[in-house]
Amino acid sequence: MDFLGILATSLTSAIGPVAAIYALAIIGLNMHFGYTGLLNFGQVGFMLVGAYGVGISVGTFGLPLSVGVGAGILCGLLLALLLGIPTLRLRADYLAICTIAVAEGLRFVYRAPFARDFTGGVFGRQNLSEGFRELNPFPPGRYGFGDITFSSPHLWTMVVTWSLVLVASLVMWSLIHSPWGRVIKGLREDEDAVRSLGKNVFAYKLQSLAVGGVFGALAGVMIALHQASITPDQFRPQVTFYLWAMLLLGGAGRVLGPVIGSVVMWFLLTFTDEMMRAMDQMGWLPFVSGGELGAVRHALVGLILVLLIIYRPQGLVGDRREMLVNVK
Amino acid sequence: MSRRLVTALLAVIAAILVTPGNVAADGQGGGTLSGQISDPESSEEDDGVEGIDIDVLDDSGDELGTATTDAEGAWEFDVPEPGTYTVVLDEDTIPEDLQSYELVPAAEQEQEVDEGDDPIILYRLVEPETEGESSEGPDDGSGDESAEEEAAEEGAEAPEVDESAPFSHQFAQVATDGLVYGLVIAIAAVGLSLIFGTTRMINFAHGDMVTFGALMALLFSTGAGGLGNSILGLVVAVALAIGVGLLLRDRAGPGVRLAVQGALLVLGIVGATLVGILGGESMEWRVSLLGDPGMGSSALDLAVVVLVPVVIAAAVLAAGRLLRGRVPHDTVLPLQGVVLFVGLAAGLWLGAIGAALIAVILGAGLAAGMERYIWQPLRLRNVVMIQLFIVSIGVALLLRHTLLVLFGGSRASYPEYQVQEMVGLGPIEVAPRSLAIMVVAVLVLVAVACMLQFTRVGKAMRAVADNRDLAESSGIDVARITLYVWTLSGGLSALGGVLFGIHQIVHWQMGFHLLLLMFAAVILGGLGTAYGAMVGGIAIGMVAMLSTLWFPHQLMEAWALAIMIVMLLIRPQGLLGRRERIG
Amino acid sequence: MSSEPTQLGGAGGAAQGGIAEVSPHPGVAKPDPILVADGLRRSFGGLTAVDVERLQVQRGTITALIGPNGAGKSTLFNVLTGFDRVDTGSWTFEGGRLNGLAGHQVARRGMVRTFQLTKALTRLTVMENMLLAAPGQSGERLLGSFLRWSWARQEDSNRERAEALLERFRLAHMRDEIAGSLSGGQRKLLEMARALMVRPSMVMLDEPMAGVNPVLVESLLEHISALRDEGTTVLFVEHDMDVIMGISDWIVVLAEGRVIAEGRPEDIRSDQVVIDAYLGAHHDEAGRGSGDEAAEGIEEAR
Repeated sequence: MDFLGILATSLTSAIGPVAAIYALAIIGLNMHFGYTGLLNFGQVGFMLVGAYGVGISVGTFGLPLSVGVGAGILCGLLLALLLGIPTLRLRADYLAICTIAVAEGLRFVYRAPFARDFTGGVFGRQNLSEGFRELNPFPPGRYGFGDITFSSPHLWTMVVTWSLVLVASLVMWSLIHSPWGRVIKGLREDEDAVRSLGKNVFAYKLQSLAVGGVFGALAGVMIALHQASITPDQFRPQVTFYLWAMLLLGGAGRVLGPVIGSVVMWFLLTFTDEMMRAMDQMGWLPFVSGGELGAVRHALVGLILVLLIIYRPQGLVGDRREMLVNVK
Repeated sequence: MSRRLVTALLAVIAAILVTPGNVAADGQGGGTLSGQISDPESSEEDDGVEGIDIDVLDDSGDELGTATTDAEGAWEFDVPEPGTYTVVLDEDTIPEDLQSYELVPAAEQEQEVDEGDDPIILYRLVEPETEGESSEGPDDGSGDESAEEEAAEEGAEAPEVDESAPFSHQFAQVATDGLVYGLVIAIAAVGLSLIFGTTRMINFAHGDMVTFGALMALLFSTGAGGLGNSILGLVVAVALAIGVGLLLRDRAGPGVRLAVQGALLVLGIVGATLVGILGGESMEWRVSLLGDPGMGSSALDLAVVVLVPVVIAAAVLAAGRLLRGRVPHDTVLPLQGVVLFVGLAAGLWLGAIGAALIAVILGAGLAAGMERYIWQPLRLRNVVMIQLFIVSIGVALLLRHTLLVLFGGSRASYPEYQVQEMVGLGPIEVAPRSLAIMVVAVLVLVAVACMLQFTRVGKAMRAVADNRDLAESSGIDVARITLYVWTLSGGLSALGGVLFGIHQIVHWQMGFHLLLLMFAAVILGGLGTAYGAMVGGIAIGMVAMLSTLWFPHQLMEAWALAIMIVMLLIRPQGLLGRRERIG
Repeated sequence: MSSEPTQLGGAGGAAQGGIAEVSPHPGVAKPDPILVADGLRRSFGGLTAVDVERLQVQRGTITALIGPNGAGKSTLFNVLTGFDRVDTGSWTFEGGRLNGLAGHQVARRGMVRTFQLTKALTRLTVMENMLLAAPGQSGERLLGSFLRWSWARQEDSNRERAEALLERFRLAHMRDEIAGSLSGGQRKLLEMARALMVRPSMVMLDEPMAGVNPVLVESLLEHISALRDEGTTVLFVEHDMDVIMGISDWIVVLAEGRVIAEGRPEDIRSDQVVIDAYLGAHHDEAGRGSGDEAAEGIEEAR
């Protein structure tokens, strides 16, 4: 077994573009859940509309890349408003059901045959990132050290996405350490108390949903640019659950939680995946084989979620003291 | 998580990074063409078609080489330099049984490769066009992952409507289908609503309990070889461990008890594994889905099938009554368990117990186990509700993918209910299986309603669902009632799964798709009320089906979800919910 | 700001002067009302929880709202402060109509409430709890929050004010602890101090003494009287009769949602209707219909 190779692959995926994209989406989720206490189980919906903002503007109408990115972000904002205005007045458990339903509903609509002229139906849209790759300043070749190397387009996506993650984290830090963030954190503890002090609770929740939604949409935009092609079925509810697992692993309500969660989780996932694959090739796995490995990994994410909540609800960088306080 | 995204990316990354040879080739600016061809008869995305050849030609038409798909349907080809390449799928290499499928977008595709670019080439095998959607281009309804649509099509739905019939006839036909679908949703959703009422928890794993029921029934009705025996072995081991634990509670130290329980569990697991590996074909056995004692006349068969479970239940209850006071308190439950097992074994031997009943019992047991060993301890630890939601999502993922690993991603239907002659009822045509579903569902719903309305336990359940604290303070054993609610819900969801499987198809994601409709149903009817879930379930089924009269059937579920959101806007407490503030 | 102990129950100050001459009967008009309610009705299902024909609260007084369990005190509080809808009726605060205003809008008008079950924001520090309450912060706007220099000075002055209030409520040493680590009594104090950060002209205290140890009760009472002496109107719900009689300038008695009596403590003490209502309520406590219980349950549930 090429153990070092597996380690290198895992590290590569932990710092690779996909981990960065996920970190970006988790930052949005952290805004919703970690700071505001909103139970958003439909973050993938924001990624979907973000990705399709690019997909439809660039892929369907042939507009320039900048328009696509703008459209993606705008779509995220719009979805936040459309989703938030009816549902944010409801109790948390209703919001949870609504968000997951809306995200799935959006996927049904985007993949439906009648929308094919715009969205490409189940086939999605291809060739979306030419404009993005033209901007790539790295000459072709491979970059990195040792076994951890990236091709120039991947390096370019990584640099852009991790920069976005950095900017998003700074924005989050600034927001949270401001009076605005204080109100938001107050909401997480007790809405009524905040309302009794003269704050417009609904407006703040909507703002929080919009900010987090824009980060989610931005992650979707980066998916479109990174893969150059998107299909509706990659935006399944499981993506949201992965985001939740990563957020809780890193630590909800911490600025660095999303980044750490994404990096660590991708390392673990790739590592177990590669280990299982290697063991499978050597015939060490009696029950599962080939195609079932993916399922084993999904089951593993479920197990991680359960164990995290039970044994370490504060995540890797959370504050144990805060978690011990009995909220509500 | 979109497995395609991840697997494709990881595969590409891994392929590039791990093998040094690739690095050299890549250094010159070439890329890798890759793709994955999924098995259209399987819904698991990783189930690929093996052995399809893909030729790669450069822009002058010279063949550069051929890639062949592996077991997962994946293939890749390294091209030496940027440029335009033509990829041709050799249609002759598509396996015989898949030849009837259409290849989209086309066998021959052109692909531009930029520097360092690793494009993914999309090939799909889809079912050839059927109903009037030819103008829409290739139908996606049979793609590898469009389970929800397939599921919708597999049943007695929109496709069966005769376009030339008068609208009223079409309407009646679709409404009947909607009623069947709605009853299935209602059966499964009652438990979801009751669980929410008693514990305030949204059980995201409910859909997967539905899948569990359907798959168990499939397992025992198509041939429970190694796997079925293993599962039964495990169940027996767990039941024994629990029973022994109860017996030893005051008689032995906790260390001894845990050791004995652990030993029993380990023995059970080892035994189940051995049975699973060694048993195989030689221990093959099966029961029919609903039970078939083979008495010679169907009336007698039916009577036995109905009577035997009733007798078993009565025997268990009677044993409890008789033994109470005569033997030590903590031996009553294990002895009742023994009666239950003996009864079930006898019923199985008689052929009176069908796979559906086994599935319902296993489903009830699974749910009771989850409540007893996951949710109750978590509630006692004062874990915040939000975190319980997340745990239930984790449990859902775990359960769903464990089932996927055990049963595979293929679709199946119960052997006895595959093709049936339609029965004409006026303008409506109904498959006998749909009639059976309606009868069973209505009977069960009425029974559940009677149970809730008239029995002591049922009243207690409603009281706890109504106001947990008040119920607790008025002397109801809330923990026990909650356990009963979970047991009942587990059984009902398993039954819902069986009916759903009869109605449409059995598939590892069926429950998750039903879950969203169940959410819609319980919100429509009123979260936490059992009757609301029944009404809401039927309404959602009707809405979903009736929408196909005017709108594309792919949007069925979207309409159901839209109804839910409209309901939340105008009457958030639902049709039958009590008005209380939910904002 | 000082924390001088004030004489309990003292009827000093110009504002209270007016109340001394008002005749004690339900719905009586006050010379200088800050809060005027007319025909308020709120029912749940078939149960009328609140049915107040007319109620006025005199500016600058301590008014107590009392009544047996399930009398609708909390519902009335919720209705008045915008935390619950009203079926019919209207009410004005300082001459402005409050009908249909949301809770936060009512608070901004200067009527700030506390809760029966304290709602300390547990994972925020005590100081953050206080700062959150300060009104009109430009840094609370989403985009404004990025312009640190624009709100830094405001934050400093708010911090000073918060510091003074914490000092007064003897919580200053806890300022950097998270509010979840406070004791029950300290949470009550924090909640009151936090309400004062809003600069209210009227505070509505929902059972401020419930579950507080006797030593703290004294100091809470002092704080409440001090508020009145500074010109803040206080309306509070309480069960402890000694407390109520000792501190209130005016008492409103609610039973089954209606105002059955109001007046000065000495009027109420001798009011036969009140005695009947309380005794009656105690008398058939056990045999009371499930209706009141349900109403109570609903109230509890919110």
